Amino acid sequence: MMGKDLQINVHHVTRVEGHGNIVVDMKSGKLLKAQLDIVEPPRFFEAMLKGRNFIEAAIITSRICGICSLGHQMTSLKATEAALGLEISEQTKRLRKILVNGSTFQSNVLHALFLATPDLLNVGSVFPLVNTHKDVVLAALRLKRLANEIGELVSGRAVHPISCVPGGFTKLPTEKELMDLKEKLLKQGLKDAQYAVDVLASVAGNIPNFIRETEYISVYSDKEYGLYEGDVCSSDVGLLPVEKYLEITNEFVVPHSTSKHAKFNRSSYQVGAMARFNNSHKLLTDNAKKTAEKLGLKAPCHNPYMISVAQMVEVVYCIEDTVAQIDAILSAGIKQENPNQEATRYGRGIATTEVPRGILFHDYTYNRQGMIEAANCVIPTGQNLQNIDDDMKKLVPEIIKESKEDITKKLEMLVRAYDPCISCSVHMLDVEFVE
Amino acid sequence: MSKPKVAFFDFTGCEGCQLNKLNFENELLDLLELVDIVEFREAMDDKAEEYDIAFIEGSISSPSCVERIHDIRRRSKILVALGQCAVSGGINAIKNLHPMDEVQETVYGKDKYLFPSIPAQPVSAIVKVDYEVRGCPMSAPEYLHVFKSLVLGRKPEVIDHSVCVECKLRENECVLDKGMFCLGPITRGGCGAICPTNGQYCIGCRGPVSNINKNGAVEMLKKHGFSVNEALKRMKMFSANELDKKIEWGR
Repeated sequence: MMGKDLQINVHHVTRVEGHGNIVVDMKSGKLLKAQLDIVEPPRFFEAMLKGRNFIEAAIITSRICGICSLGHQMTSLKATEAALGLEISEQTKRLRKILVNGSTFQSNVLHALFLATPDLLNVGSVFPLVNTHKDVVLAALRLKRLANEIGELVSGRAVHPISCVPGGFTKLPTEKELMDLKEKLLKQGLKDAQYAVDVLASVAGNIPNFIRETEYISVYSDKEYGLYEGDVCSSDVGLLPVEKYLEITNEFVVPHSTSKHAKFNRSSYQVGAMARFNNSHKLLTDNAKKTAEKLGLKAPCHNPYMISVAQMVEVVYCIEDTVAQIDAILSAGIKQENPNQEATRYGRGIATTEVPRGILFHDYTYNRQGMIEAANCVIPTGQNLQNIDDDMKKLVPEIIKESKEDITKKLEMLVRAYDPCISCSVHMLDVEFVE
Repeated sequence: MSKPKVAFFDFTGCEGCQLNKLNFENELLDLLELVDIVEFREAMDDKAEEYDIAFIEGSISSPSCVERIHDIRRRSKILVALGQCAVSGGINAIKNLHPMDEVQETVYGKDKYLFPSIPAQPVSAIVKVDYEVRGCPMSAPEYLHVFKSLVLGRKPEVIDHSVCVECKLRENECVLDKGMFCLGPITRGGCGAICPTNGQYCIGCRGPVSNINKNGAVEMLKKHGFSVNEALKRMKMFSANELDKKIEWGR
């Protein structure tokens, strides 16, 4: 195995949120290339937003990603509100936090249980598990349904939400509906989540042990686990205001990716559930902290394969925080209020929210007619790409003595750990070895 | 009887329709019993595969997409465009309204020539499409209806009435009467008027009805205080390709 030549080409990783290829090229034991090529056709949303009014911005940007449509909508609304000087009510903020919880929990369940867990059970997809592990598949499906019900109840639709608009909501849930949702979350949601955690804990020993310390960037608030709002937190540098996002993300174009890469304090940084967990774990609920302990997750964790474990911890947190938000809304009583859309100024607005895969930035400039003049969106998947490349460059030499199949599987699992969308495609594609 | 082989392919889009398909948590396992999903070319030699039903999501927006869709069409008995990006180009087609060079420069700056891009087009601009499921995102019940019909060997019905029809059935207050903008009168139904039901205006995500009353639409929006330019811009959010062909008014 000395002086090995190895060429791996996981070709056309096609699915949600990205078409990409895993490319590894090693000659005589020297690693020439280990990277994730992103070949997704570019979509040009920044150009599409030009000339649009403040009501249309969120409708358009939610279409950037089906899985994170809610997150894009939230970030877009916040950027518009900052640009136009629109205040929102406490009730609106709480309802939005419920929505962010719901979409985080939905996406985390989909990724951790449907896409990542099959690897740990040594099967190629979730489908064979329907026969062998039917109970946990059903529990996972129920969890996903429940998470979607949160979105349907509060925003009218789970994919591309409808009723959350700049300044508030066009339709509000009733107190009865919120009470029923709380009941379901407590009775069925927590039970199913706990069961899924137990199953995950029983196979957690199969998670590859790969350590590469990196910089972790997430939203941080000292009041709550950072999801809906807060400052930007870098594990290297500390807290930074969102207005500095361009200095943080430093996007750059690389020829092998239609998605821009990003870096801040070192050659790359990580965003997503693990970055959130590492930066904000002290603010989790007690139950979520216990879940982390049960799954062997301790902050700071530098193993990217553990991202799906951090996601399950967040599922427990999101369920409990949703219940807390519902309680607060109900104790104040639901107020019938119209969205506040009276602009007090026109200018630039920058906002950040955590979406399931990490920190997201939207930046709009409105002209005096209320139309968008310039727009910029910095997406979590893009921010992770350089970090994935750096992981691969450390991982490949470490596992070079393993079989080609195992190397490929571990590389696929690595990509999958970062992004539920790219992950399942890596799973099902042609893998070509040329030696 | 062998189960129909069903495949799903995605081109340029947000994959929200894909996700909507997975959101049938209650029906998913039953659906899996009816068909063989040979999704995402998992077989090694996928070029030899044939599909009874191929569902296509997303619009065609790069030279390599064109090749790929031809290839899929050759191997598919029935081809269904899923969601507005596939049906009309959808929201991606907004970029067609601006010069391509300018669009690329806005996003990539001096590196714009690294990544080739062509105007976002519907699947039907490249190959024959047998059926379509409209909407952004596609309506889940409508998809289920089309899916079941095709598996049973029947032709799914095509909806061609306006959103207003469904809005009235849901007893919503007229959005225009509330003083808001609305594209319901000229937009194809099938969504159950979900946006007006949730307090929003119809954003026209399913494209125009086939017998669109152009002058009537202009008059109606004018009467409610909206300029023709504003109306056209909003209509083109999801239907830039279709409306460019169908509507010359307002220019």
